[in-house]
This record gives sequence, C-alpha cells and structure tokens, in this order.
Amino acid sequence: MTAGTYKPWGKLDIARRVGADIPEGWYVNLGIGLPTLVADHIPEDREVVFHSENGILGMGPVPAPDEVDTWLVNAGKENVTLVPGAALFHHADSFAMIRGGHLDLCVLGAYEVAQNGDLANWTTSLNDRVPAVGGAMDLSAGVRNVWIMTTHTTKDGQPKLVERCGYPLTAGKAVTRVYSDLAVLDVTARGFVVTDMVEGLTRDELQKLTAAPLHYA
Amino acid sequence: MIDKQVEDVAQALSGITDGASVLVGGFGAVGQPNVLLDALGEMGVKNLTVIANNAGFEPDIGLGRLIGRGCVSKMICSFPRGSSSFDTFYRAGKIELEVVPQGTLAERIRAGGAGIPAFYTPTGVGTQLAAGKETRTFGKRDYLLEHGLAADIALVEAWEADRWGNLTFRGSGRNFNPIMAMAGRLTVVQAQHVVPLGAIPPNDVVTPGIFVDRVVHVPCGDPPIAKVATAQGGTK
Repeated sequence: MTAGTYKPWGKLDIARRVGADIPEGWYVNLGIGLPTLVADHIPEDREVVFHSENGILGMGPVPAPDEVDTWLVNAGKENVTLVPGAALFHHADSFAMIRGGHLDLCVLGAYEVAQNGDLANWTTSLNDRVPAVGGAMDLSAGVRNVWIMTTHTTKDGQPKLVERCGYPLTAGKAVTRVYSDLAVLDVTARGFVVTDMVEGLTRDELQKLTAAPLHYA
Repeated sequence: MIDKQVEDVAQALSGITDGASVLVGGFGAVGQPNVLLDALGEMGVKNLTVIANNAGFEPDIGLGRLIGRGCVSKMICSFPRGSSSFDTFYRAGKIELEVVPQGTLAERIRAGGAGIPAFYTPTGVGTQLAAGKETRTFGKRDYLLEHGLAADIALVEAWEADRWGNLTFRGSGRNFNPIMAMAGRLTVVQAQHVVPLGAIPPNDVVTPGIFVDRVVHVPCGDPPIAKVATAQGGTK
C-alpha cells in the first residue's frame, strides 16, 4: 500500500477498541469527554463496573428523556442512571477507592503523554485560564492502569506523544497505554511500544507524527 | 429535649460574621444548599473563604450568586470553571483562588472533621500544585504533606433530617455533604424533609446527628435537569 492512503480511526472506533480490551470484572472510571463513549462499547457478555468520582459505583447508561432522575449526576454533571447492584457514597470514600488503588482502570484524555508515562492533561498554562484540576491528579496518581484516548496530534498537527511533557504535569509515570486515532501504544521501560496501528499507515509516517522514538513488539 | 430544628433560614444562619470560612456541599446541581447561600448573601456578610468543589455555576443561583454579590474573598476548590461570576471576580483580582485536587480536597475535609491535622498523599507529586509542600518518601514512592481543613461553618443539603440532626441523602446528593458536616464548627443543614425522631432507621442514617448543629426545613424540590450526554460524547 502506498503512503498516505490510511484513514484515522474515528471516535467510536477508538471507544470500541478500548471497550474490547477491558477485562471482565474491572472497576473503571471514565474521564469526561471522549472517554465516556467507552461505556457504550463494552461487549455484552462482560460485566464491568463504572465509577463516578462524585460517589457512584455501577453507573448505567444515559437515561431516556422521560426517565431522567435529576438526583443523579456523573463527574461531568450530566444526569445518569444506576444499574442493579449500584452503590452510592460520599466523596472521601470515592477518592479512597481511587487513591487506594481499588480501581482497575481510568480512561482519560491528554494534552501530552511522555514516553516514561508522564501525563499532562489539566492545564496548558497557569496564566491564560482559571486553573482547574478536578479529579485528574487523583485518578492518574492512584489508579493502577491509566489509559489515554486522544488524537495522535493536536489540531495543528503537533505530536501529543513526546519525549518530555512541555505542559504542566498531572502526574508522573502514570500512563500505561495510549489509544490514539492512529495507533495503540503501550508505555514500557523502553518507551512507547506500538501494538496496533491504522491500516495503510507506515511505521515511518507514524514516527513522523510522534515526538518520541517508537518501538515495536 | 434536644431540638436542632430552627424556625427559618435566618435563625439557621444567625451568628455568621464577616471573614468566616464556609464549607459548601454539592456537586453539579445536586446537594447544593442554595437557599442557605442565598440567605447568607442577603445578610451582607463579607470576606468569606468558601470551600467547595466548584465556584458556583449560574450567576443567579447559590454559590455563583453569593460570589456575584461580592461576599467571597477566597475560594478553595478543585474545579472553578463554568461560573461567570467567579470568572469576573477572579480576572478583576477581587477573589483569591486555591486550587486543590478533588480527592485531596475531600480528604483534607474528612481529616479536618476527624481530628487529623495533616496526612501524606501521592496525588500532585511532581506537579505545580506541589509547590511549597513537604515531600516525603515512603517505600519507593513520594508523597505530599497536605493539611486537614475544618471551617467555621458547614452548609449542607440533606434529603431527610430529624430533630437530633441525623441525616440521609438522595442519589448523588451525598457528595461532599457528609464530610463537610463533620468539618464544620457550626454545621447548618437545609433538609428537604424533616421527619420525627426515630423515623430514619438507624441502619439508614448516613450522617449521625452529632455532626449537625442546626436543621431548617427547606422543601425546595428536585434539582433541575442537567445536561444530557449524547452518544457522540458531546453534551446538549
């Protein structure tokens, strides 16, 4: 196949890949935005329990418009539902689950991921906006597996996978895997190891869009 | 007879003065003590330090309104976005901001209510929010020293309350409310329902009355409908 004939994975393609890789029985926190899509892409024969940091385990799908319970919101402040077996608790217990290493996985977005797993996803500067961190630092420091869902480059074509983060860190050595719209990469002691990539994309092309050396399994 | 129920919101807030530190429960539109916040704004108190997850949302409701009235001189929170009144005051240099990771905020409040002056946490190590904080290594990992956070006042919204101050919460309305009730030197509850003593089964009490000082009956009804997520991941 000639260079330049590849088509990046769409948001739903990425969500499907992430969903397919989450094992039975895992407790999972999905960050706001793109990662919330994963909830709809867990294989039907698999039980996965979703956590919301404002005090929900067993968060279910978005309600039908006539079935909204306004007493239930998720971390993005959207109305959600509960599945049978769900539990409600306060914020300190919720973050004990996060910080205490009880969650198996969180899926987050990123501005930058470094080859050692450093994550920058909370602010691009402390000067130009009101700084706001939410639960991102707790999740990335506390949860065993941190997977990132992101485009491979910024809107301007700048690599988001880098040798060292330039933006302020959310947590050091936190990310274990990246699902971009071009590739799936594990973060290892060697750096980024590509385990899957878009059909038609060459290794050279992927390397040019990545600001850290790529390795292959 | 112990009776923590007061007649009205004015009595519930009496004695709160300028410069007080105030814990405010709620997350999203749920569990917000908005009626107490409105009344606090009408009292005209100034220079409050408010501790909450957000810095309010709409400018005409609850914490957003209190900030818009110029009552708050410092916010301690995790996510001060989506609040036009906070934005206005912050950009004008009229309000101080301390950003705290959400889980650190929750644990600081829990510790403050539990008599723990400080603790070590892995959250925030190596980040800008670690500036000026003691770091200590346990095992092979670094941790930050964070301090417990108690306050003069806690404003809490509950589903049910009895005259001893036992509380239940509904849905995700629990959020910061139980830990803030513990950390307030004066804890004031706006309750959707006030029920007779004994009506809440002991197994169902979430916040025991020992943490509560005043209860006022505010049947303000269901929270408004929030944003509804779409299958594309956006919101509408």
